[in-house]
Amino acid sequence: MKLKLYVADRQIVRPGDTLAVIEEDGNQGFKRIPEKHIYLVDNNICSDVFGVASVSENDISVIPFNSVYYPRKEDVVIGIIEGIGVTSWEVDIRSPYKAYLNASDAIENFNPLYHDLKSYLDIGEMVLAKIVAFDRTRDPLLTIKGKGLGKIIEGIIIEVKPSRIPRIIGKKGSMFNLLTSKTNCEMTVAQNGFVWAKCPDEYRGEVLTQAIKLIDEKPHVRGLTEEIKQFLEKKLGG
Amino acid sequence: MSESKPRLIREDGLRVDGRKPEDLRPIRMEIEVLKNANGSALVEYGGTKVIAAVYGPREATPKAVQLPDRAVLRVRYHMAPFSTSEHKSPAPTRREIELSKVIREALEAVVFTDQFPRASIDVFIEVLQADGGTRTAGLTAASLALADAGIPMRDLVAGVAVGKVDGVIVLDINELEDEFGEADMPLGYAAGVGEIVLLQLNGVLTPEEFKKAVELGRRGAERIYAQMKETLHKKYLAILES
Repeated sequence: MKLKLYVADRQIVRPGDTLAVIEEDGNQGFKRIPEKHIYLVDNNICSDVFGVASVSENDISVIPFNSVYYPRKEDVVIGIIEGIGVTSWEVDIRSPYKAYLNASDAIENFNPLYHDLKSYLDIGEMVLAKIVAFDRTRDPLLTIKGKGLGKIIEGIIIEVKPSRIPRIIGKKGSMFNLLTSKTNCEMTVAQNGFVWAKCPDEYRGEVLTQAIKLIDEKPHVRGLTEEIKQFLEKKLGG
Repeated sequence: MSESKPRLIREDGLRVDGRKPEDLRPIRMEIEVLKNANGSALVEYGGTKVIAAVYGPREATPKAVQLPDRAVLRVRYHMAPFSTSEHKSPAPTRREIELSKVIREALEAVVFTDQFPRASIDVFIEVLQADGGTRTAGLTAASLALADAGIPMRDLVAGVAVGKVDGVIVLDINELEDEFGEADMPLGYAAGVGEIVLLQLNGVLTPEEFKKAVELGRRGAERIYAQMKETLHKKYLAILES
């Protein structure tokens, strides 16, 4: 597929902006690629959202500035218990859809007659969970079976916009490695816009929070990794 | 009425506020004006001042309104009691219910609602000050707020009203021209895809006048559309450069 580009990498684009034209015979008609935030109309590739273009060889997509979290299977998320049913918990994962966590998943040999869900996970408590099933017709189903998953009882939770998560991880995990190695914190990034950190002391936790807030505010600046590196070195020394 | 009707086109061919027939009023736009909303925008067309807030996509409540294959778009156009020279009852009037509907339908034409089945996207349009063209300013504000909220959409929509005053087709009419003019035609135009998504007409136009009015409206909307894109662009450019 040959593309004639109209935008540069990291350029700000708005809904309806033409990003590129496919230089090929044959009309593609109307097609949408929601995960890339683009749509095709008569060989024109247009943005469907307000964000920055991400252009690489033969591929083009848009990273939105703002977006809500849209659940995907296999995503690791942090949820807040919102409601307790007889056999499941209702979990808020900051998406348009309420997630469910089955009691049989958290409690061995679960029997609603003997087990009181409230004594395991109460309203307001947080869990690190994985989405096992989700599609257009069904609400997301969570599991806490797996390494590192389960109730969160220590550390700090930092809230960011879900669209910032790729930036906090960075290219091949560069930003993530920088943050963890400089602060010595143990960090878990949840796809729905939460960062869970366990730090050796309070000050390091504070510095990490500030660094992440910095990424949250201006994620599309060039050389952000370098800026964050300098920030961390200034606060924590070498 | 004809006795108290003021002269809307002056002898020099200019309008009551000194504009040429094809001129827009001074337009100001701003996004991200509200903290609690997912997206928001403030739009001013001369003396008309409108704020729009977008929430969602979020869980649609009550459950009965959910649609199995797409998000439900809910629009509430409302005029603040202090927006007019005489106190307006805050209860939604027939007119406000109708305008909510036509603005919703205009936005439904561009928003990709099928991406969020069973969810809702709520748009609140509040007129703070009314001086003609509130529905079109509201549509512009709603479209900017939707873009600000990161909701996938085909294109932005710019709204502008065309009118006929003292026999002349004029762009972006104000309150006085609306009240004493012969016709008022609000228009919503998605300039990128070249589609008219809202068109109403109050009054009488000949077929030739209608064609001329649509053309004038489209050209005006294109100018507003360019300013909308500029507004969005500037917002993040400031952050990039900081």
